[in-house]
Amino acid sequence: MTGALRIEGLEKSFVLHTQGGVRLPVLAGLDLEVEPGECVALHGPSGVGKSTVLRCVHGNYRADAGRILVRHREGVMNMVTAHPREVLAVRRETIGHVSQFLRVIPRVSAADVVAETLRDRGTDRESADDAARSILHRLNIPPELQQLAPATFSGGEQQRVNLARVLVAHYPVLLLDEPTASLDRENREVVIDLIREAAGRGAAILGIFHDAAVRDAVATRVVAMDTGREAA
Amino acid sequence: MTRVSTAARDGGYTFAYLDEQTKRMVRRAILKAVAIPGYQVPFASREMPLPFGWGTGGIQVTASIIGRDDTLKVIDQGADDTVNAVSIRAFFARTAGVPTTTRTQDATIIQTRHRIPETPLRAGQILVYQVPIPEPLRWLEPREAETRRMHALQEYGVMHVRLYEDIARYGHIATSYDYPVRVNGRYLMRPSPIPKFDNPKMDRSPALQLFGAGREKRIYAVPPHTGVRSLDFDDHPFEVQKWDQACALCGSTASFLDEIVTDNQGGRMFVCSDTDHCETRVRAGHVESAAGGRDPGGP
Amino acid sequence: MACDDRPLLSARGLTRYYGRILGCRDVNFDIWPGEVLGIVGESGSGKTTVLKCISARLEPSAGTVTYDTRTEGPVDIHRISEPARRLLMRTDWGFVHQDPRDGLRMAVSAGANIGERLMAVGARHYGQIRETATNWLGKVEMDTGRMDDLPCTFSGGMQQRLQIARNLVTAPRIVFMDEPTGGLDVSVQARLLDLLRGLVSDLGLAAVVVTHDLAVTRLLSHRLLVMRHGTVVETGLTDQVLDDPQHPYTQLLVSSVLHP
Repeated sequence: MTGALRIEGLEKSFVLHTQGGVRLPVLAGLDLEVEPGECVALHGPSGVGKSTVLRCVHGNYRADAGRILVRHREGVMNMVTAHPREVLAVRRETIGHVSQFLRVIPRVSAADVVAETLRDRGTDRESADDAARSILHRLNIPPELQQLAPATFSGGEQQRVNLARVLVAHYPVLLLDEPTASLDRENREVVIDLIREAAGRGAAILGIFHDAAVRDAVATRVVAMDTGREAA
Repeated sequence: MTRVSTAARDGGYTFAYLDEQTKRMVRRAILKAVAIPGYQVPFASREMPLPFGWGTGGIQVTASIIGRDDTLKVIDQGADDTVNAVSIRAFFARTAGVPTTTRTQDATIIQTRHRIPETPLRAGQILVYQVPIPEPLRWLEPREAETRRMHALQEYGVMHVRLYEDIARYGHIATSYDYPVRVNGRYLMRPSPIPKFDNPKMDRSPALQLFGAGREKRIYAVPPHTGVRSLDFDDHPFEVQKWDQACALCGSTASFLDEIVTDNQGGRMFVCSDTDHCETRVRAGHVESAAGGRDPGGP
Repeated sequence: MACDDRPLLSARGLTRYYGRILGCRDVNFDIWPGEVLGIVGESGSGKTTVLKCISARLEPSAGTVTYDTRTEGPVDIHRISEPARRLLMRTDWGFVHQDPRDGLRMAVSAGANIGERLMAVGARHYGQIRETATNWLGKVEMDTGRMDDLPCTFSGGMQQRLQIARNLVTAPRIVFMDEPTGGLDVSVQARLLDLLRGLVSDLGLAAVVVTHDLAVTRLLSHRLLVMRHGTVVETGLTDQVLDDPQHPYTQLLVSSVLHP
C-alpha cells in the first residue's frame, strides 16, 4: 500500500428489519486508493452510495465485506475490523470527517467546538483556542458569533463551523461530504483554499462535491459511481 | 444530709431485684463489653418497675454488679437529691440493703445520668451511665444493620460531617453534650448525654465505666485506663465549656455550672451542678463572698 | 495495532436472576480509562441490573467483574473483602443516581455533602475540606454562596450537580450513572450533559451511563451497549450503533425517536 487510504472490495448493504427485512444493496465491491496530496472526488447520482463510502471509511457505517486500510501512526489500520477504541484513535489522529450536519452539545460555543478537536489531540488550551479563533475568522465567523452555541446559527454558518472543527487540525486523511453545499461564493472560495492547502500539506482527501466549480477547483481525480456498482 | 445511710433489705425481693439468671446474663454482656472497649453488646433487657427512659439500663447494670459490700451513690444531672436519684437509691437500699451515700469518694458504685462527678474517681470505683440512645451513627444512618457494619469497618467519616455542619452553621463545634468519642482508637461511642465538659474525665480514668441502655438493649464499657478521645478537626480542636463566673455557693472556677433563675426579673446565678462537690467545698470553707450571680435585689 | 493498556473494568459472563426472573444474562464488556460506555434499552431490559452488578451494589448469580485497582492490580470486585470493596466504592468509584435523594444527604448542607467523602478517607482539617468543597461547587457551576444551604432548597438540576461534585471530590476513576438527566427538563439536561462531558474528558474519567434517552447517550458516550430482555443485542461505537443499527431491536429503538 502506497497511499494513505486504500479501499478493497468494499461491500455494504442495509437490511431494514422494521420494514419487513428488505435488503438495500449500496456498495458491491468498491476499490479505491488515495495517495497523500491527492483530492479524489466521488461523483454520481444521489443514492449511489457516495456518503456511504465516506461513512464506512470513518467507521460510522459497518462494512459487510472488504478492507479499508488507513495509514495510522506507524502502521496500517483496517477500519472494517478495528476495535471501537482503535477507530476512535484513528478519528482523533488520522481521519477528519466533515459530515453534512453539525451535531454538537446544545450549549457549547462555536469556538469551543472547534478548539475541542485540538484539545483532544493533546494541544494545550491556549494554543487550541488561538487556532480555533483564527480558522473561524478565516471562515468569516465573527468573534461575537464564535462565543455562541452553533445551534442558533444559519445553515451556512453551521457548515463553516463544521469545516473549521475538522480543518483546524491537520489530519493526514480528510473526508469531505458536500463541504460547500450551503455556502455563498465568498465562503466557497475560502473553503477551496483551505482544501488546497490541506492537499498541499500532503493530506489524502476523499470528497463529494456537487458543485462542479468546486470539484474542478480542488479534485485531482474524479471517481464516477453508478447505482449498485462502482467504477475505479 | 447523711453521708452514708444503711437500710434493711426487703426480704420479699431477690437481692438487687433481678433474678440470678438475669444478673448472670447481664454480667456476661458486661464482661464482653469490657473486653471490647466501646463496642455495644446486645443484652436481653428486662422490664423494670419504672418506665424505659428513667434509667432502666443503668439499674440493670447496677443490679448485676452490686454486692453486699458495695456503697451506692446515684446522681441525676450531678445532683443527689432529684427524684430520679433519690428513687433509684431507695430502690437499691430496699432490694439489696446496701449502704448508700452522696459522697463520691465513699461510693464504690456510682450510677449517673448526665454527669461525671467533679471529684476524680479512683481505681476500684465503677461508674454506671444511664444511656437513652447508644448508637452514635443513628442520626445519619437509621438502619441498625448498616450502623453495625460501619462499626465493623470503622467507617466513621460521617461522624465528622455532623461536626462540620456545626462549624459551618455556628463557627465552632456547637455540640455540647453527648459528644462523640473514639474509645481505645477503635470504636466510636456515645458517652450518653453528659456535657462535653466531662469528656476529658473519661480518658484513662482509673475507674471502670459501664453504660446501660435499657430500651435499646445495649451495654458497653470503657475499662480503667482506656484512652477516650473526643472527635475534632485539626483546625477546630475539641474544647470544653467555660464560664465567666465562679460558683455562687462555693466559688469553684473549675466545675460544671448550672444556671439557676432566681426570680421573675431576670435574676440568675451559676452554681455547681455536682451538689456533693459543691457541699464539700462549702464545708471546707470555700465561700464566694462576691457571689458570681447577680444580686437578686439589684437593678 | 494492539490495545496495549489494560481495561479498567471488565465484565465476563455477567448473569443475574431475581429468583426465577432474569435480570441480565451473559453480559460481557470492557471499559478503558477515559472511556464513556452507554447502556441503552427499554425499562426492564436489565441495564440497571448490569450497572448494579458492575458497581458492587448487587451480587451477580454468575460471572465476574474485574476492576484494575491502583495498588493491587486487577481484582474480582465480588471476591475481595468487604472493607476493600467499600473503600473502592467510597474513593475510586462514584455513583450518580437518577433521584438525587438516593445520592445526597438531604439533611446536611451542600458543603458537608461534598466534604463527606473526604472526611471518610481521613480529612480532618475543616478549612481545607471547606476549600475543596468550594472549588467543587465552582467546578459544577454552582453558586458557592449556597455552600451552607440544604440540598432540599435546590432545584433538580442543582441537586444533580451537587451529587456529581460529591462523587468526584475524591478523584474517582470510574463513575456509574443511572439516568443522570432523568427527571430534568430539556434545557437543564443540556447544561448537565455539557458539564458531565467536560468533567469526564478533563479528568480522564471512565463512566458507565445507563439511560433510555438515545440523545443523551449520543452526546455523552463513546461506545454503546444495547440491551433487551436481559441480554446485550448489539455493541459498538455510539454513532455506529445509532446511525447503522444492525439488530432489529436497535433499528426499532432508533426509528422510534425523533432525533437520536
